[in-house]
Amino acid sequence: MEIKWYIGLALALFCTGIVGVLTRRNSIIIFMCIELMLNSVNLLLVAFSKMHAASAVAISNPNVVTDAQIFVFFIMVVAAAEVSVGLAIIVMLYRNTHSVDVNFLNRLKN
Amino acid sequence: MGITQILFWSLSALALFGAIMVVASKSPVHSILYLIVVFFAISGHYILLNAQFLAIVNIIVYAGAIMVLFLFVVMLMNLNAESEPKKHRMLQFAGLISGGCLFLVLISALSETPQASNLVQMGGGNSGLIKELGKALFTNYVLPFEISSVLFLSAMIGAVVIGKKEK
Repeated sequence: MEIKWYIGLALALFCTGIVGVLTRRNSIIIFMCIELMLNSVNLLLVAFSKMHAASAVAISNPNVVTDAQIFVFFIMVVAAAEVSVGLAIIVMLYRNTHSVDVNFLNRLKN
Repeated sequence: MGITQILFWSLSALALFGAIMVVASKSPVHSILYLIVVFFAISGHYILLNAQFLAIVNIIVYAGAIMVLFLFVVMLMNLNAESEPKKHRMLQFAGLISGGCLFLVLISALSETPQASNLVQMGGGNSGLIKELGKALFTNYVLPFEISSVLFLSAMIGAVVIGKKEK
């Protein structure tokens, strides 16, 4: 498979996530779109690591493919921690305002 | 067209369909279920790329833990499609246009970039297996691994502190 198709797929998923963040007001859906963007980036990292597996970089430094996949693993770790704190914040927002609308959050600016 | 190509295109179509339905569907529960579909499709891509460890971790962590957390929160909140606030039509249209513009700009920028090689190695290579990744994780990356455990502990404490009812 050529790398350009992977770039196209990951960019399409990423831009779908961005459109979701821009067009929705439900904070849970915005949060899910952020997860979607993180996943598309992970997919692109793995695809690039397998692209380099066949190239001259990997022959001189055999760790290069493993390193990329370890990075993806750490992105997943950080995403899991982020989700637990973010959902706690959304639950607290819902408890205080009885809504998950992000427009309620504009009172933070005062 | 070989079996790899067929699998790649069908998984890509599934992932894109799921992603669009996450954004477009009215009910938050449906969005979550479509997001699980996207995660399974991405795990399928990882298996096609022979990154088996990441495929399993993706299913366990994302489709298992994180999406259950999302579903649990949505069920707790009793949200439905009618009460959901909507953005103004013009704002939605502007968001769609700007997302599409970003897509075009990134595609045209990246299509001109020279790559190390054109082809992605599908299957083959043992660098994505648990054995290799475990070796790297516990030798070169042992310090970040330990720090991530502190991160999890602080996230756990943070979630409890934030979620606690104040008296």
